[in-house]
Amino acid sequence: MAVFVYGMIGWTVKESLGKRTNSYTTAKGLVGLKNYRDLFSDPEFVHAFQNLLKFTVVFMVGTLLAGLIMALLLEKGIKGEGFFRSIYLYPMAISFIAMGTSWRWLMDSSRDGKATGLNKIFFDVHLGFLQSNWYSSEKGAMYAMALPAIWQMSGYVMALFLAGFRGIPDDLREAARVDGATETKIYRHILFPQLKPTFLTVLIILGHISMKVFDLIYGIASKSYVTKVLAIYMWQVIFDFQNYAKGASIAMIILVLIAVAVIPYLIYVVKTEEQK
Amino acid sequence: MSSDLLDRVGTKDIARNKQSLNGAEQFWLVFKYVGLCFLTLVAIAPIYIMVANSFKGVTGVSQSAAWAFPIHPNFAAWGPVWDNLKGSIFRTLFFVVQSSIISAIIGSINGFVFAKWRFRGSNFVFTTFLFGMFIPYQAIMIPLTEFNHWAHLTGSIYVLVFAHVIYGIPICTLIFRNYYAAIPNEIIEAGRVDGAGMVRIFRTIILPLSVPCFVVVLIWQFTSAWNDFLFAIFLTGGSPKLSVATTALNFITGSGNQVYYGNNMTASLIVSIPTLIVYVFLGRYFLRGLLSGSLKG
Repeated sequence: MAVFVYGMIGWTVKESLGKRTNSYTTAKGLVGLKNYRDLFSDPEFVHAFQNLLKFTVVFMVGTLLAGLIMALLLEKGIKGEGFFRSIYLYPMAISFIAMGTSWRWLMDSSRDGKATGLNKIFFDVHLGFLQSNWYSSEKGAMYAMALPAIWQMSGYVMALFLAGFRGIPDDLREAARVDGATETKIYRHILFPQLKPTFLTVLIILGHISMKVFDLIYGIASKSYVTKVLAIYMWQVIFDFQNYAKGASIAMIILVLIAVAVIPYLIYVVKTEEQK
Repeated sequence: MSSDLLDRVGTKDIARNKQSLNGAEQFWLVFKYVGLCFLTLVAIAPIYIMVANSFKGVTGVSQSAAWAFPIHPNFAAWGPVWDNLKGSIFRTLFFVVQSSIISAIIGSINGFVFAKWRFRGSNFVFTTFLFGMFIPYQAIMIPLTEFNHWAHLTGSIYVLVFAHVIYGIPICTLIFRNYYAAIPNEIIEAGRVDGAGMVRIFRTIILPLSVPCFVVVLIWQFTSAWNDFLFAIFLTGGSPKLSVATTALNFITGSGNQVYYGNNMTASLIVSIPTLIVYVFLGRYFLRGLLSGSLKG
């Protein structure tokens, strides 16, 4: 099975070096890296790439913070923890094509009297200036798009951090407390350093999810230009233009972006485990 | 990668809270609850919108009242939407159940091998497997369609069974491997001393112990295959004959139909209900799947 998947990747590589740029051609033979070079001079690809970077930054920072805050609030044990945990985690269980319907409405761009969704709330509480065009705005679309993504993934990050916190023996805290450390100091100097592996895991997971993000954006904005990312562009190139060579090149770029982060991480994980 | 991650999440005694609190601590406790409740509101807002508006008829009431609670529930949207979706829902159920079971079985065998059998290069093979979890669907999409064509699978729902089995194997293997790693080697040794081979040991000793792990893996696979959209739209080519829950939903809520709020929200809700039911009743296992699939060192 593994052979099969890697075989398929090899096939994609070959396709990406080939000549099948529309559905009519049966042209064989390779053109080397030409397809890749073409991509980087394709303004639409560059646009999608920049969008993806913007999205990734906001999504990763936002989810990390939101998840960490949730974990910090719950970490010491509090009544109703199970309830809050389930509520924060449920977005993971729902398809983004379904949630997209809701978010499309929440981030509707109508304003003031006509507003719905979030704009309506801002308008009603007299914070009208916070109203936004959300995912249809020209500059901020990708930042708005990160909101539903943060909403969906922060419960996961919370669970990871919670597991991390609970894995630290209580003695460490007690010892620090006896030594007169304040709570803030305990977190900064004792707990957070212990959580380094968790931070790393979270970053890798969020990063790779971000690189291949598709459903979420497609579910909300379909193929809209302002929110185009690599996966959407690839889909368009293959489905609408049947340009397999170009599509395969985009797929390979997504794969490479993920691989450069993930492979060293995996090697590190397998090695550290070996040492145990 | 300990399998007791969940237990770590689940077991924090809250005895400390029972001690009498001084002023500052009381303040922090109130502060925490305010924060938690705020986050709860944010987390449930989208699903609230979905549920509330599915009871307001086909087009919903005026958009500006969409936050309002449906005091006089109107079920008009449910009947037609269900008629529209039920074929796809049952089709999804059919392929999701099959692909989950197959990948769970393969995953348990693989997991056993990786956990208990150190062979030359097993680390390398395992790393390649793990990377499989991170390979984007896109990277194998084009060859997969051609392969399906070649294998005469095109036009059958088995394209999706096949795709999800292949993609499910790495994560299933990892979850089973972590689970089996915690089973003491002595049990296996004892079996071997009694003259049982690896296959026999697996069947009579390991499998009966794996039931909780099967639940975890099945739930995980069920949820991800149910919610998948990319494979579904790609491999079925959007053919209505093969529409599954997510693609059918996308067709209903697609760009031309955005005025039918009530309709769209109802359809989204119906498609989410199966995974939500699983989550509500088996949430513990869902969490366990998330954590043991996350490779924490």
